[in-house]
This record gives sequence, structure tokens and C-alpha cells, in this order.
Amino acid sequence: MLLMEGETRIPSGCAIVGLISRKGRMIPGDTAVKAIAVMHDRSNGLGGGFAGYGIYPQYKDLYAFHIFYYNQKAKEQTEEFLNSHFDIECLNNIEIRRLPNIIDEPVIMRYFVAPAQLKLKSSQLDEREFVARCVIRINSEIDGAYVFSSGKNMGVFKAVGYPEDVGEFYRLEEYQGYSWTAHGRYPTNTPGWWGGAHPFGLLDYTIVHNGEISSYDANRRFLEMYGYRCKLLTDTEVITYIFDYLNRRSGLPLEEISNIVCARFWDEIDRMPEEERRKHEAYRSVYSSLLINGPFSIILGFSGGIMALNDRLKLRSMVAAEKDDMVYVASEECAIREICPSPDRVWSPRGGEPVIARLEEGGRN
Amino acid sequence: MGINYIQPGFIVLRDQNRCIRCRVCERQCSNEVHRYDEDDNIMLADESGCVDCQRCVSLCPTHALAITENPNHLRQNANWSNQLIYENYRQAESGGMLLSAMGNPLPFPVYWDKILLNASQVTNPSIDPLREPMETRVSLGSKPKRLEIENGILKTKLPVNLQLNVPIMFSAMSYGSISKNAHESLARAATELGTYYNTGEGGLHEDFYKYGSNTIVQVASGRFGVHSGYLMAGSAIEIKMGQGAKPGIGGHLPSGKVKEDVSRTRMIPMGSDAISPAPHHDIYSIEDLRQLVYSLKEATRYTKPVFVKIAAVHNVAAIASGIARSGADVIVIDGFRGGTGAAPTRIRDNVGIPIELALAAVDQRLRDEGIRNDVSVVVAGSIRCASDAVKAIALGADACYIGTAALLALGCHLCRDCHSGKCNWGIATQRPELVKRLNPEIGYKRLVNLVSAWDHEIKEMMGGMGINAIDSLRGNRLMLRGVGINEKELQILGIKHAGE
Repeated sequence: MLLMEGETRIPSGCAIVGLISRKGRMIPGDTAVKAIAVMHDRSNGLGGGFAGYGIYPQYKDLYAFHIFYYNQKAKEQTEEFLNSHFDIECLNNIEIRRLPNIIDEPVIMRYFVAPAQLKLKSSQLDEREFVARCVIRINSEIDGAYVFSSGKNMGVFKAVGYPEDVGEFYRLEEYQGYSWTAHGRYPTNTPGWWGGAHPFGLLDYTIVHNGEISSYDANRRFLEMYGYRCKLLTDTEVITYIFDYLNRRSGLPLEEISNIVCARFWDEIDRMPEEERRKHEAYRSVYSSLLINGPFSIILGFSGGIMALNDRLKLRSMVAAEKDDMVYVASEECAIREICPSPDRVWSPRGGEPVIARLEEGGRN
Repeated sequence: MGINYIQPGFIVLRDQNRCIRCRVCERQCSNEVHRYDEDDNIMLADESGCVDCQRCVSLCPTHALAITENPNHLRQNANWSNQLIYENYRQAESGGMLLSAMGNPLPFPVYWDKILLNASQVTNPSIDPLREPMETRVSLGSKPKRLEIENGILKTKLPVNLQLNVPIMFSAMSYGSISKNAHESLARAATELGTYYNTGEGGLHEDFYKYGSNTIVQVASGRFGVHSGYLMAGSAIEIKMGQGAKPGIGGHLPSGKVKEDVSRTRMIPMGSDAISPAPHHDIYSIEDLRQLVYSLKEATRYTKPVFVKIAAVHNVAAIASGIARSGADVIVIDGFRGGTGAAPTRIRDNVGIPIELALAAVDQRLRDEGIRNDVSVVVAGSIRCASDAVKAIALGADACYIGTAALLALGCHLCRDCHSGKCNWGIATQRPELVKRLNPEIGYKRLVNLVSAWDHEIKEMMGGMGINAIDSLRGNRLMLRGVGINEKELQILGIKHAGE
């Protein structure tokens, strides 16, 4: 029997793109589509997707839930759950353009919601933790419903298909954001499931990922101690949870998180000055299970920025570039040059060396 | 004395054409098996004392010797093995408990041999340890729940941890049960390897305090050799609650092994039996353990991590969880195959559970309770080779202890006669003429070689899996598959079957 995503672990190779205007200028979604389309051969038509930040300014204080429904019952159950836990300000079908290459689409809904104050208070959780737990609960308990985007003023759009078709399907040229990430998927053994496409999102964290991590189960089993349920069995899911755990829940800055997920080699740590050395030893001791091993290049999207990171040995390609206030990251340089023909600077970040680009002070968000 | 009920287990085969009557076999055998017949100018043997330790075979310059099983058999019986029948004869004669040494030799399942490892193909590159960094360093001890970083500076004060360059340590073997030269070999090897050896419950010989930064000192129910200088001498303290070879009972060092040095080190009279009680008489429950853990921490001013070692028994997961909440920094689980210098045979062969199942259950239980990262888990009780260690770490261990494998490096031939005190290899004996056969200068190098070789193999296997730091192997059960084991076993081990 062919096992679906979430029932078995499916590795995949891929293409990724990330771009951001540090001044917060609005960039239409089709820019990211153009870039990822160049790397057509790095995907195999079994998944593509995008994340845009700053795309819902009119609802920027509400959580935007994008949800796939595979049956009516799942929709009813989910809406019942949402009604009891959130105030729904607005809901609609996400507008799509029918394409011959994108088939079997589920019902795709969008809700702008705020946590129901009474529920939130009685849960004794902070707001983001409350929302995260609700999302994890829907995804793990309601069969046939899948929340694939759950942040504020941002959204994930993904499907089974080539990324350029996915972009057209979701009419991304109609959305404007200060940053975008994009993904083309090359899963090695999957029937292809819409929820399994990238980006994977939790709250405003999204991950696009190229690679296959060999630390998967070590990472997963660590995270599951802290309430996460890795339902998809994909690298992207587990990496997103790692960032959520370290950044949101443990309060560590992104700059330091790269020292955990791409821990410095002991050789290097041994040569560091005392204080620095103690810090890195502590990372490797306390968070050793969150080291991400094996080949990967990832782009983390978050409110106000992007962060790109390669594995410690740089076993996956990743190139970065700058032009004025724009920062670009992609699996291949050609993708960047497609949308920015003459960048000021192009470089290949070293393994484990993060590229972090944020909105400038006063930049629009 | 009438009928001889018990026949020798082994026969000496001597090729008289090769034998040059050098009499080395005679001089080497502490069991007095070989003798020279001057009249006939021939070497003879009386095998009743032979334990198949292979000392004579190894030293015979002309390869004239072989030791083989005695072909003499009692009538075959699927229920009553020869062994059982002889044991009953022996007890009918002596009226005593049967004693045995080293680990349980019976054909219980060895789960290590039913687990296979993964390797990368195509979608993910394997990593070549000869060309890329490959890290096997481990830190053992308790960890804080989270780290506080302010402006890039670490604010959290961490508890003391042990740093191991390899995820292998030498397990507790007391001075008394093994010789001074064996201890010296272990101590020096641990120092050179950047790992730790364990004193066992017999105290620390004064000559070995200098190896303290690679020593774990043990506190067991007999409290032999325990004083404040001893506690401060090591890098960590291990409370021995139980031992895999003999869960539920204490230890017994026969008076014959309590010579002058052993007596001074253990702080007991010469020639007295050293009997450790079955329980610690100050620990009748988990809250008492907590008091001992903190007494030891107070006594050493919180500079030493405290290990608590237990035998793998049926309820091991719940016990481990209790220990994790009792201030222990490291939990050591010792499987039923673990070795010993002496144990009652019936206990060694029938009490306890396999380390693979115990480890899997403990690791999962600590995770279910969200406390796995608070403590480290070390396993012992028959880690026989590098792949056993890799599988143990993938099941969830932080590091392994090796005892029997280390003794093999020192020349042990696993004849299982340690309790006699007549070890021909100079390991499990206190007789000076036997002890001097083990040269610590050679012994420590052989231990270094063994562990270095394992480390290379561990790195090679990790590289094959696409992993370049042992951190990512720990608890990574997706790297394991079972073969030929049933659904229940797979479920306890938390792994899939091969082909899944």
C-alpha cells in the first residue's frame, strides 16, 4: 500500500528562493514566481509554494489561517473548534485560477481570527502559545483539515505542482509583500500531498528547505518532549518547530540559533577565548539534540525578516546577493539574476554562516 | 572420597612431536594442569583444574597445544543439560550456592544482533570521516532547562559536566576484583583517550590519585575505601545501586584476594571477606537516594556530577524516572549480560533484562515525562563492539561503559573463572606472580588501540548515515531497523522492521 505523507517519511531535494526589501517596499508575488521558475529542473511537479510577508495590511493585527479541507466533516469540525476558540473577523475562499496542471485541489479557506479572550485567559497561556497549540491541535486531531498558514500579516500558498504553476494558481501577482520565500519540491517517493508542500508554517515562522536531514529523528524526539507533534514526518516541519522552540519559546536570538542548529565544530570551539568557548560548549551540551545534521539549505521567513542557513559542511548549494535595499537568497545564482540582473554583491555563504536580513528601523511592516 | 561425579570440561590435546618439553605450560598454569614426567621425558596433563583460559596455548613456542571440549557426554537430554546435571552434582557435594564469573553466557536473545543500521544513498550524501570533520565528543551531566543569553553573552551557570572525547568509558571494576596492573592500564588508557575509567567499589589505590581527572569514583553499599579525599579525587561520583550481573544482591570479594594493598585501599582488615550488603542500608527508598546524592554533592561542593547506576530490571523505566528527579546527573543502566568478578550463578543467569530493551524503555519514559534532557543516560552490560555502541546511542544512550571488552584488550580469554582468584592473565587476581604477567605499559596501549579503533568505526558508520556529530545520532531511532523480531519487541525498542 502506498503510504501518504505523514504516514511515512519522505525525503526530498528542492529549489529555494528568498527575497526581502529592507526598506519595506512592496514587491508583487510574481517576482518570487519568476525566480523560482528558472530552477524548474530542481523540482519534479510534486510540490511548490510561497510565503509572503506584509500581504494583509488591512488585517495586520489578526491571525490569518489558511486551511485545506478534504471533506465537509473536517470543515464543520474545524469551524466549530475555531468558533469556540477564536473570534472570526472574516472568512473567505482563497481565490484561485484554474489550471490544467493543478488538480485535485482541496477546499482552501482563509480566516482572519483573534483568540477568544475568555478562552485565552482561562488557558493561562500567552497569545502566541495559545494560537500555536490550537493549530497543532487541529492538524493532529481533525482528520482532513490542515492549517498551513497561521501568522499575522503573512500567508503561505502551496500546492502539488510546479512552483510557477502554483504561483499562477494562487494569483500571487495580486499580493504585495516586503518579503517572499519560494519553494520547488523534488520529493523522492510520494504521492504528493498539498499539506506536504513547502513552505511549512507555524505562526509567522515559515521554512523552505532544500535537503534531507539525517538528524530528523533526534530532532523530532527532542521536540516532542515540549508539546510539538510532528505529524508530517518532514524535515521542514521539524526545522520550523526547532526555530519556534528556540526563538519564540526559549527567547534565543536568531544569530545565536544558528550556533545551535549549525553548532561550531569542537576544533573551533577549543580555540575560542574563554567566555566564547563556554557559550558554545553550553549550546552543544544543552541543545545538542537540536543540531541539524545532513545536507540542507533553508530560508526562515518571520515577521520583519528572513534568515538563510546552510548545513555545517555546506552540502547544498546556496547563493546570496544584495542590490540597494534588496537581499536575495537562492539555491542557484541564475534565480537571483532572473529578477535582479546586476546585483551589487553576490556571495556564497559558508556552511553554518547565517544570512539574516531585516526590515530597517522605520521600514514598513 | 569415592566416585568422581564431575568430569573435566576440557581436554588438553598435546602434539608430542611438536612438544620440546620446555615446561612453559607447567610454569604458566596456576591451575596446575600440566606436569613434567622426568622418567619418560614427557609432558602430561590433569585437566580437572583446566578452565580453558588458553594461557598455555598462547605461550607454547611450538604450537603443540590445543584445548578442546571434553568429548565425554552424559546421555543427551533436551531438558537436563550436562551443565545442569553437573551443577546439581556439585551442590550435592558442597551444599553451597554456585558461583560464576563474567556475564550471562546463556542463549537469550541479543537484540544488538537483530538491529541493522541505515546508510545514505542518493538523496543525501554519506560523509567521509577521512575528509570531513566527524565529531564523537560527548558531555555527560545534567543540563539546565534553557540557556539565557544577553547581548551574546551566556548568563546561565551550568552544572559541571564530564567531557568525553569518545562515547566509551571503562566500567566499574574494583581494585580487588582485578589487579593493580589492570587498574593502572585502565587509568592510563582513560587519560590518554580523554575518557573515564571507574574505580568500582574497592576504593582508589594511592598510586592512582594522579589520574583523578579521568576517574569516576564509586560509592557502593559496602562503602569500601570511601573518604573525603577519595570523593574529591575523581571527576565524578557513581552511586552503585545495582549491577547487571547480579541485580538485587551485593558483592563478595573473597578473603584470599584481600592482600595488604587491597586491605589498605578498602580500609578493611587483611584477609577478611569484603561483603557489600544487598541494599545500601541508608537507602530504603527513592527519597533516601536523593539524600545520598545531595550528601555527596555537599561533600564535594557541587564540583562533581553524580552518577546513579542501576541494574536493568523489569520496572527500570519508572526507577530511572525517579532517579532523574532525585538530583542525579547521569543514570547508568547495566544490562543482564554485564560482567562480574563473582556472582551466584542462578542470579547471574536468571535475573534482570536485556540492556537494549531497558535502554529503549528508559529513554522513551524520560522523554514522555519531558525530562530526558535533564540527565544523561549511560549504558553498560555487554557493549561488545563499535556497532553495539552506535546502536545503543541511536536507541537513546549518551555514552557506553565497556568492561568485558576492555578486559579482552588486556588479555582476558573469557574463561569465566575470575572468582577463583587464579587468573593466569594477571587480571582478576591478587597473586603477585600472576599480577606481574600483565604489563601496564603494554596493557594501556592495547586499551587505547581498542577504543581508538572503535572510535574510527563509529565515525565510519556515522558518516555512512550522513551524520557528522554524535549529537545527531543520539536517540535517532529512525536509523535503526529490526530483523526477525516480533511486533512487541519492535514496539518496545521504538523501531521499525527492516523493509518498512
